[in-house]
Order: sequence, then structure tokens, then C-alpha cells
Amino acid sequence: MRKLLFQNLLRRTLTQAAPQPSQTALAELGERLKVTTRRRLGRSLSIREVDAGSCNGCELEIHALNNAYYDVERFGIRFVASPRHADVLLVTGPVTANMREALQRTYNATPDPKWVVAVGDCGRDGGVFCGSYACVGGVGEVIPVDLHIDGCPPTPEQLLEGLLALLAMQ
Amino acid sequence: MNQTVSLSETLGRGELIGGHRPWPRAVVTPEIWQELAIGLGKRVYTLLGLWGEPENVNLALFQEASGEIGVASLNCPDGGFPSLGHVCPPAQRLERALADLFGLQPLTGPDARPWLDHGRWPIRHPLGAAQTRSGPADPYPFLTAEGESLHQIPVGPVHAGIIEPGHFRFTANGETVVRLEERLGYVHKGIETLLRGATLDSAARLAGRVSGDSSVAYALAFARAVEAACGIAVPERALWLRALLAELERLANHFGDVGAVCNDAAFSLMQAHCAVLRERVLRASATCFGHRLLMDRIAPGGVTTDLPAEGQPLLHKLVVDLRRQFKPLIELYDNTASLQDRTVATGVLNSELARQFGAGGYVGRASGRNFDARRMPGYPPYDRLRFEVPVLSAGDVDARVWIRIHEVGQSLALIEEILDRLPSGPIRADLPPVCGPGEGMALVEGFRGDILVWLRLAADGAVERCHLRDPSWFQWPLLEAVIEGNIVADFPLCNKSFNCSYSGHDL
Repeated sequence: MRKLLFQNLLRRTLTQAAPQPSQTALAELGERLKVTTRRRLGRSLSIREVDAGSCNGCELEIHALNNAYYDVERFGIRFVASPRHADVLLVTGPVTANMREALQRTYNATPDPKWVVAVGDCGRDGGVFCGSYACVGGVGEVIPVDLHIDGCPPTPEQLLEGLLALLAMQ
Repeated sequence: MNQTVSLSETLGRGELIGGHRPWPRAVVTPEIWQELAIGLGKRVYTLLGLWGEPENVNLALFQEASGEIGVASLNCPDGGFPSLGHVCPPAQRLERALADLFGLQPLTGPDARPWLDHGRWPIRHPLGAAQTRSGPADPYPFLTAEGESLHQIPVGPVHAGIIEPGHFRFTANGETVVRLEERLGYVHKGIETLLRGATLDSAARLAGRVSGDSSVAYALAFARAVEAACGIAVPERALWLRALLAELERLANHFGDVGAVCNDAAFSLMQAHCAVLRERVLRASATCFGHRLLMDRIAPGGVTTDLPAEGQPLLHKLVVDLRRQFKPLIELYDNTASLQDRTVATGVLNSELARQFGAGGYVGRASGRNFDARRMPGYPPYDRLRFEVPVLSAGDVDARVWIRIHEVGQSLALIEEILDRLPSGPIRADLPPVCGPGEGMALVEGFRGDILVWLRLAADGAVERCHLRDPSWFQWPLLEAVIEGNIVADFPLCNKSFNCSYSGHDL
């Protein structure tokens, strides 16, 4: 283990430069912030991820945000274990009927001020699962959404661009 | 029952259905059904799948001794069928799901509780004779555990990490788990209903999103089932590219899992390094095929994206780099006593249970079950490729990690061989204007085990019925068994070493 740790000290860092905040996300947030109070959360975001019926593709890419290439914590963004500790709910999936109440309760358990980011094409409108008896169809059907990050699944870059826009708006 | 009777002979006494490929399907009498049930109980057969249609149930079996696969269908004129759950425990949850979706009741089954239906859908029996739901569902009774000083720990459906939702009900005595009961179905999306009447294109997209981590394997299984139903010959280059895609997916997932298991044992160094290796595979996948998770790259008839000329050297270099970078990590895993202390002898699955449940993938192979769908029943081009199927017998978390480590080595070698021998030519066969009618079935080895797809195409080429069975169906129940007697704090470790799919299971 010692050898590996020493090598890491000498090796070039893998972490890549930060992308620009997404313009579409900034526009969507700007629109949203006109009607809500402008809230300041400070230069950090605590995120609670909620899978509300995704195929787990979005989860894989959200996980990737933590790897050395994207290193999301350098922006003050971190994933927390409880909605009670969260500023942001990052919600994936078409919201299955079986997860609807759990999502609502997670939202209620998150203290104000809070933001909701709907991730993936499913999170916007149900995506490929739209029209099923078992899906509500979009996160916005259950809780108010501040920002959508599209993609099936969105790449870590796209996720980062959206989250940085959230930070930039503060 | 005479054990020498082969599956095909038994099915042959029923009414064989023409146009079901590549294995036989027969409509059987209740007597033959009973015979098959006894065979399942005696382990002559391994359960491959059990799924419904509005008026009948289908049972897919594998006879290990002869290597035969077949499907028995039983008509249910009275809305019920003789339950297999008593003699064949892996059938229990499939039967409960079947009852929820079709309204066909497993008669005198061991467990009459609903499974996927949580009482929150607007309708009941969505795939059978659908009825509007009246009133809320009954509360779900969990199984009991009795004794002094027992307490319950409910966990989920929303978990503490970035993972899928499901509910775990632990009954513990101090730190020791006495009973774990899973409640799943939270991510049920009604995929099989959406598939009904879908075109081949939209059905292939849906199949690739049953479980996002196994998108390639599902798309491949779906495509192979369609090709079997319609007798479509896939071009040689497409077959090899499919194997390349499948091995890239296996690599990425195994790297992710090895890191994540170690992370759940509080050894985050391994996670940090393995996540980098995983990311490199995903980036190479995006460069070569245009999608990090390789979604929608496989379609009936072949593949949709060709490997560009620069892809070959890029992947060759990737394999060399990954092999070089993974080697010290294997040594790290092997030589870190504090980590081994957590993984060795934790969450032991005995070989008897692994066999009984027909556990696929690393779960089965870490417990002595030598099964890999790439070998048996096998599909091209694997019949022409050299690879080993690692099998261990310890059955603990450590063995499941080692199976993955060995499989990483095999996949790296397979990718090299595929790149060296990749034939040229077209990448997709022309599909006939209308595919169908016909019935097809396929068994494909995903990273977590064998995925079964069965479908029937209508005369107009649309999907009439399609069933997709995730390997997790036969792994989730075993997780309940392995955690017994372990401490609660080892559950994440055991759970990650299984890494079952919630979405693939809930469908």
C-alpha cells in the first residue's frame, strides 16, 4: 500500500478543469428565481440523491461525479446520507407509483431553503416509461422542480454543468 | 420420476408449438406440469423463468445433465395454476409477481402476499384482465421472528447512498441479524405492459433500459430473441462487435463493484483507484461507440454503431493500461489484512442454495456453481473464443470479489482477441419488412448473471408479449440467507458483493 500511496504523490492529478455552467440551466434557473425569493445557500451544496424509479443508469453517472476525473467535492458539492442534511434533492426516474409517497416524504423531510433537480429524460416527463400505469411521469408531477438536467443518462459533464449553474445563481 | 427422462421427451408428450426457437415450447397437461414440478424439487431441472400470459403460465427449465432447455406452458382456464413454490423456492416471488400482474393465482402456494403490487397502481392485474382498483391496499405483513431481546430495523425504500430504492426489514439480536426480509417492487415501471404492441425499435430501447448497468446484455438478449423468432442471420462483424460491447460493459461494472465492495469495508483507497479504471472504460466506450453506457448500440439484426478505425489501437492501449494499473490493486486487496478481515468468511452462501436457486453470475460461481451462459447454452462468437470461467467454492464476500477480479482478466484477454480477429463486413442485416409472427427466446450472460428474454411477435411485426427475467430474481432471496448470523454492519458489504438490480427485478 505504501508504494501505491507514494506513487500517487508523484503522479499528475487526473482531475480535469471545471466546465462552464450550462447556459440552458442558467436560463431555466433565472426564470424560476424571478418568481421565488432569491436564496443564498453559500458556496456549498449538500445533495441528497433520490432514485424514484430510474433504470439505475443515472445513478451510475451521478456516482461518477465522485471519481478523480470530476471530483465534485472541490466545488463544495457533496452527497449526504439524509434529506435532513440536504440543500438539494437530485431526483432520477419517471417517479413510479410505488415511490411517489417516499419521494414526497423525502421532500417534506428536507429543510428550507431547498432545491429540486430532476435528472434525466425520465425525470422530465417519464421518458421511455411515459404512459405506464405504474409511473406518475416526471418529478414535477409530485414536487416542484427548479432545474432539469436532460440526457439518457446525462453525462457527468452535463450533471456538473447543471450543478455549477445552481451554484452560480446564488 | 425416472431421472434419465430428458426434458425434451417430457415436453414432447405435450403439444409442441411450432415456430418457437431455438428451444422447444409445449403446452402441457396438469399431469406433466406436476412431473416437471417434482423434477424441479429433485433438482433434475433448474428454474430459468416463470412468466404469465393472460390465459396461461410459462415455465422455462434447464436440465443441467443433458444441457437441454425448454418451455412448458399450462393453460389456466380457472384462473389458477398449481404452485411450484413449495418444491421450488426460487419460483415463489415469480409466482407472486405473476399473480399481481395477470391475476392468475398460484394454487395453494406458500405465500399469498402481493409482491410488485403495493396497492398504488390505478388498476389491478395490468397484464391480465385489468380492473380499476377499489380502495387502498391492505397493510403488508412482514414475516415474524420470535424470541427474547429481538428488535427490528426498517431500512428504505430511500437509502443513505446513491443507490436504488427497496425496503429491508432486519430483525436483530443485538448486532446479529436473525432475519432479513426484503420488500421490493418500488421501481416497478410496467415495462412489460409498455412492450405490449411496441414496434421493434421502441421495444429494443425499452429492453436496454430495464437495468441501466446491463444495457448491453439486455439489448443483446432482446435482439437474439427477435432474431431467433424470425430466423435472421446476423453478419459476422456484428457478432464480434456485440461481444466487444458486452465485455466492455462487464469490465466497467466489475471495476466499479470491486471498488465499491472495498469502500463498504471502509477502504476507500481501492474505491478511488477502481473508479478511475471504470471511468477510463466508459470514456473509451464513448469515444469508440458514442455512448458511455453503450445504450442502444445493439439492435435486432446487428449493431447500430461500427467501431471506427482509430478505435482498434485505442482499445488495445486501454487493455494494456488497465492490466498494468489493476495489478497493484489486486495485490493491495490481497495484502491488506484489515480489509480481508471484513470480507473473508462474511456472508457465506453455501453451494447447495446456489444450486437450488440456479444463482447466476459471480454469486453462483463464488459458491461452486459452474454456469456461464456464454458457455452453456453458448452463443457466437464465444464458441470461437478462448476464455475461462472462474469458479470458487468459499461463497463469501471475498470469493465474490475474486470471481470479479478473475473475470476482469478474462474480459481483458477477450477484448484483445476480439480486436485481433475482428472480421470486416456489414454490421447489420436487413430485416424483413415484417418480422413475425414467431416466438423466440435467448439467454445471455450479463455482468451479474444470465438474462432471459422471451417474446412473441405478432403477424404485423409488433411485440405481442415480451418477458425479461433479470438474474437478480434468483439472487435477492439468497442475500436474505447469507446475512443470517452476520452483524448488521456487514449488510452493506454483503449487499454490494451481490449487487443485485432493483430495476431489473422490479421491471
